[in-house]
Amino acid sequence: MTVTDAESDAPPPELGAPILDLLSGFIVELRNAGLPVSLTENLDAMEAVRHISIGERQTFKYALAATLVKHANHWKAFETVFEVYFSLRGQEYAIGDGSDLPEVDDDGEEQDGAEGSGDQQGGGGGESLTPEELAEMLFQALMRGDQQMMRGVARQAVKRYAGMEPGRPVGGTYYLYRTLRNLDLDGVLERLLEQEQNEEGETSEFDQRLQRDEYQSRVDQLQKEIEAEIRRRLVADRGVEAMAKTLRKPLPEDVDFMHASREEMASLRKAIYPLTRKLASRLQRKRRHGRKGPLDFRRTVRASLSYGGVPAEPKFRNPKPHKPEIFVIADISGSVAAFARFTLHLVYAISGQFSKVRSFVFIDGLDEVTTYFEGVEDINEAVHRVNTEADVVWVDGHSDYGHALGVFWQKYGQDIGPRTSIMILGDARNNYHASESWIIKEMKEKARQVHWLNPEPHSYWDTGDSIVGEYAQYADGCHEVRNLRQLEAFVEHLA
Amino acid sequence: MSYRFEDVASVKADLEKVDYLSDDGIAGVVYLADRLQKPILVEGPAGTGKTELAKSVAKICNARLIRLQCYEGLDEAKALYEWNYKKQLLRIQTERNEGDADWTEMSDDIFSDEFLLTRPLLEAIRADDPVVLLIDEVDRVEVETEALLLEILSDYQVSIPELGTIEAKQIPLVFLTSNNTRELSEALKRRCLYLHIDYPDMEREKEIVLTKVPDITENLADQVARVVRSIRQIELKKHPSVSETIDWARTLVLLGVEKIDEETATSTINVLLKYQSDIKKAVKELGTADGVTV
Repeated sequence: MTVTDAESDAPPPELGAPILDLLSGFIVELRNAGLPVSLTENLDAMEAVRHISIGERQTFKYALAATLVKHANHWKAFETVFEVYFSLRGQEYAIGDGSDLPEVDDDGEEQDGAEGSGDQQGGGGGESLTPEELAEMLFQALMRGDQQMMRGVARQAVKRYAGMEPGRPVGGTYYLYRTLRNLDLDGVLERLLEQEQNEEGETSEFDQRLQRDEYQSRVDQLQKEIEAEIRRRLVADRGVEAMAKTLRKPLPEDVDFMHASREEMASLRKAIYPLTRKLASRLQRKRRHGRKGPLDFRRTVRASLSYGGVPAEPKFRNPKPHKPEIFVIADISGSVAAFARFTLHLVYAISGQFSKVRSFVFIDGLDEVTTYFEGVEDINEAVHRVNTEADVVWVDGHSDYGHALGVFWQKYGQDIGPRTSIMILGDARNNYHASESWIIKEMKEKARQVHWLNPEPHSYWDTGDSIVGEYAQYADGCHEVRNLRQLEAFVEHLA
Repeated sequence: MSYRFEDVASVKADLEKVDYLSDDGIAGVVYLADRLQKPILVEGPAGTGKTELAKSVAKICNARLIRLQCYEGLDEAKALYEWNYKKQLLRIQTERNEGDADWTEMSDDIFSDEFLLTRPLLEAIRADDPVVLLIDEVDRVEVETEALLLEILSDYQVSIPELGTIEAKQIPLVFLTSNNTRELSEALKRRCLYLHIDYPDMEREKEIVLTKVPDITENLADQVARVVRSIRQIELKKHPSVSETIDWARTLVLLGVEKIDEETATSTINVLLKYQSDIKKAVKELGTADGVTV
């Protein structure tokens, strides 16, 4: 099926040098965004586009994705880069031009390229609609789920509210925010639901929920249209490379725990589940196919009989899998809560690989939360309980590592044995309390290993009230764990 | 070299004829695989029609489907070829009874085609008729075993030390599926086109339900798709797959349901969800109009 949306009507650029240039720029940008694109994949992509007309935008996109993106998590990054490099550029997207709803109009005037040609005309023809009319159109578009109309509304809204200025080096989030604030989508959603209710009379909660999801998905779609529109305009204004650079975002496995936005958090939460599954199966395999045990003398001799007494085939005992016992002691104060959450999640998801997992959380007081995880199927829920129910505040709810460690040592110190590995999670920002670092030293003597995981970048350690160095001198290792990739590597090493 | 498919649109139309509803992505990649003569690596959540895609493509090409189901411990003898040891022994014994046999002649003899047992990969390479090769759940084999596949995937040939290299008579379409339980090696990924099949959007899911469940009304199919979409938005251990959606739709048709209300949904939700905690959560969520997830 040919793509029917307006975007496909773009004239296909001439094949040959220009498209090759565009593609190689595109691939360089993909690599910059962190995608591992190899030379063969690059060649495949070039080969692929020979078979697909660039006019069929969707298919073209999938063709590139099939050859260049080999990981589902990278799809989003690919999409962003693709939208920037292969968005439509032309007169109608220049910032500040005016055109009427709802179709894309071609108001004559030849335009060479596209970049930087926008000159501010103070809103131009967008003025022809009053805010009320626009709001009404928005309402109608969402009501009917009319794609064409939504696209029109998005165009108008951006033109009217975003207040875009040519040449400003911003990533578009600001414009998006301005546009959305003026449209008040949440309000519209409520109005839609109300109207629905009035028309259909009293409906059950279940039906309302379905209806809400329906409208929500339309609203999301509209938001995407708006984003796309802003991006198109920005690209037209500032050129491909500059735009791609400002839009570059870390891949989910590289997102910093401490500075993740809400959206990134959601993507992290989604990423952690497959990651734990993979890690678990990898560890299991490692265990099963791991080193052989010591020589089994009896079986070797028995086997040697079939070779006339020559021990040609040595036999080994089955390895005894050593499963470490894990104590997780996590700081869950505001600044590092997200990090603790992910680590607890990960450790419990692979708890089958350990003989025992016990977990403790603290801020300035300390509480054992092992029971929250026992017999629960949904780790997320347990983690949620940890954050809401655990009794971790002693005085004022500011991190006090010294006191928390003291409580731990007093209450649970005797449980530490030679098979115990201890993971302490936190940034060691102690608010200038006493460090009590002798506890770590004592722990180290009793336990198998003590590791400190710090979610802060290495360069911040021991600055301000961070005293991680003081603890680290006694621990077996002190690791910077800022993202999923590092966390995964550490846990695998530990198990 | 003639191609199997005219263009992307025709792939899509053909797939639709055998009741497989594809989208631009799926059809585009299948088309490209044919043009570039590359295998397709299909990844995605369980039950989104990865294996079904290979079967459907085999159907539209009128090709024989050769399937290699992967599992842990799969080896050369099960995937590529094996010498028929017993037959070789018999042969040697017969020769010996007949008296003086030449050694070289004999060894040439017993390592010939006659004594070769072909396994799926070799079979696909040697086939004269059109074939589609499906290597199912490739993530289940060990990383080392993956290497077995590399030669066949990039050069469409198999090297047998005693016989030499056997090249493909015709390039088969190859599908590899993976449930993503582990990261496949770069070497394997590089040789393949990558296709990620996710849960379909609501419209497509509705179409799928309509084609796969014959007696369903359009209205019911629409409701089914909507409810499933809502459930997929909840954070669950395992989201309902397309095949489970179809099962659910069938159940509803059998029960003679015309309109899904909360009661029917909660009483039949165990068809869609397979974990007790998921069921509980979904029932609770669907009963609240606000749709705010934790």
